[in-house]
Amino acid sequence: MSNDFNSITRRQAVLGAGALAMPTVLRSGSALAADDVIRIGYVNARTGPLAGFGEADAFTLEQMQKLLATGLSSGGKTYKVEIIAKDSQSNPNRAAEVASELILSNKVDLLLATSTPDVTNPVADQAEVNEVPCITTNCPWQPYFFGRNGDPAKGFKWTYHFFWGLEDVIGAFLALWDSIPTNKVIGGIFPNDADGNAWGDPKIGFPPALQKAGFKLVDPGRYQPMSNDFTAQITAFKQAGAEIVTGNMIPPDFATFWAQCAQQGFKPKIVTIGKALLFPSVIDSLGARGEGLTSEIWWTPNHPFKSSLTGQSARDLTDAYTKVTGRPWTQPIGFQHALFEVAIDVLKRAKNVKDSKSVLDAIVATDYKSIVGPVKWSGQPVKNVTKTPLVAGQWRKTDKGFDLVVTQNKTAPEIPVGGNLVPLG
Amino acid sequence: MDWLNSILQGVLVGGLYTMFAAGLSLIFGVMRLVNIAHGDLVVMAAYLALVVTQALGMSPLASLLVIAPLMAVIGYGLQRWLLNRTLGDDLLPPLLVTFGLSVIIQNGLLEVFSPDSRKLQAGAIETATIPLTPDLSIGVLPLVQFLVAVAMIGSLQALFYRTAWGRAFRATSDDQSTVQLVGVDNRHVFGLAMGLSLAVVSVAGVFLAVRANFDPSMGPARLIFGFEAVIIGGLGNLWGTLAGGVVLGVAQAIGAKIDPGWQLLAGHLAFLIVLAVRPEGFFPKVQA
Repeated sequence: MSNDFNSITRRQAVLGAGALAMPTVLRSGSALAADDVIRIGYVNARTGPLAGFGEADAFTLEQMQKLLATGLSSGGKTYKVEIIAKDSQSNPNRAAEVASELILSNKVDLLLATSTPDVTNPVADQAEVNEVPCITTNCPWQPYFFGRNGDPAKGFKWTYHFFWGLEDVIGAFLALWDSIPTNKVIGGIFPNDADGNAWGDPKIGFPPALQKAGFKLVDPGRYQPMSNDFTAQITAFKQAGAEIVTGNMIPPDFATFWAQCAQQGFKPKIVTIGKALLFPSVIDSLGARGEGLTSEIWWTPNHPFKSSLTGQSARDLTDAYTKVTGRPWTQPIGFQHALFEVAIDVLKRAKNVKDSKSVLDAIVATDYKSIVGPVKWSGQPVKNVTKTPLVAGQWRKTDKGFDLVVTQNKTAPEIPVGGNLVPLG
Repeated sequence: MDWLNSILQGVLVGGLYTMFAAGLSLIFGVMRLVNIAHGDLVVMAAYLALVVTQALGMSPLASLLVIAPLMAVIGYGLQRWLLNRTLGDDLLPPLLVTFGLSVIIQNGLLEVFSPDSRKLQAGAIETATIPLTPDLSIGVLPLVQFLVAVAMIGSLQALFYRTAWGRAFRATSDDQSTVQLVGVDNRHVFGLAMGLSLAVVSVAGVFLAVRANFDPSMGPARLIFGFEAVIIGGLGNLWGTLAGGVVLGVAQAIGAKIDPGWQLLAGHLAFLIVLAVRPEGFFPKVQA
């Protein structure tokens, strides 16, 4: 009797688990022969500390699923498309594991990955080793390329990437700081992680560029992420009289730092921080202290680009996102959309979509106008990387909550400016 | 002056570590249970505070009136229906179960609250400051937090040594079998201890949430300092836990003053030195 009961619950549990798994593994019929189905593997962080980057996944995947419901024609033949999405759980080892599963078990024809070196690098490495074409985005190109021990003279064969780089952040920040008068003394706060070490690098990072541009950088050294006390840095900045603070931090560290600044009487004129200030939810969480903070901007609803796949403008896409999810727009939405745009364009153009060499040729030949700007791998800055425009701007309080306003576009004049930089306090 | 400032701020951060550690210290003292989910319970309390402050319009500190009893009830239930079943001669089952609990809480919070970074708004107190000299100011919030931590340890100590509950806790801690002979239900006592621990956790959660941003995945990163404070101070000794928290905070501040890269390392080194020199901690209560 009790055995029967147990077996039913076990079966129900299995059914339940199957139903839960359905939305992520978007299957569209498996009755067709393997040759008639194109499989796209997609890796992003849906859970864990990087989950903010995966927030728009459900929306993007559903949109693509609808578009591909009638199949995709390539080389005079119509194929069913199956998108298999896997969660990296914010863990690079897990990302490598699911990428290898997608390649070896699911036998995907094209691999996509997005958001931070922790996802893009392990996935691209697996693709390179197994000779599967792979496109990634949403990670500055230096950590992507040099983090994988890329040699600029040779590059990689199977893996391609589109995003901006460190030189763009530096250019955008310098233009931002030059727009109002300061004493040109900058406090630098960089963590001991992949991004922090690249930004603070004495050769390719901020220090040499700032010196060249006539700024004085006070850099007390790399701190460990999830620190509870920034007194040492604040004291150093106060003593040097820094009027600008810059760095690359995660949101909890920035919140601790920014509260301590006020508590210890340090009032800079400009605070420009990478990574921590990307999402409106973070700015909201800072309350009044969020007003006027500055950050790099990869993409906004005001960017003058359109999706060649759906015809939506940047504004249309974010409006659709807000309507479906009831949540404010975030910058990764555009890049996730663009990643699928490029992927579908590549698959349409491939001579034989079931042949990996042929798909790779199509990637190399890409010349596409996406919702984040043109994507075309022309060898600059390196063979496998093409860059999208980057500007900088400021968070402003409006009636509807915080809005990110582009305040300078020296690095990408095609992006319209929305206002002038206003100093803090 | 710089050094004085660093050390002073380090002492205040020690208050935060003490808050994380007090609940851990308490349940380890009473039932030798190492709660891996402690950090996640702190974050869960922070989310409960978020819901209460938004729904009832209360200030974060006032929301403790609702959250502390609620967390205590959750703690009692958790202990009676789940953790009591894992306690025995083997230390491993409770470790594994609380580890699993940690994963469940993190993903449950992620599902309900999304991965957004949140913070509780406490108004002007967050940035209020007391200037001691032109170069030296301390924040009102860290000071309040430190004083609350001291008061918390003081009242737990009083509860343990001045009340009938405290006697039952200590007796059960000394010998589970014997207390049952004199009519104490050790399962109930364990439940009360966990309830008390989670009430303490809710205070830590609210201060954490006012102090900086929190998100569902940050519990484990904050847990390690709690563990270290407990070990440095001596297992099961509450005043020792306060001392452990302060030692950790000051060691980190001194490390950071030398080079920010040394900040966390200095704390871990202080912990290792204590382990090497006095493995039982400064003020051991429990003879292992």
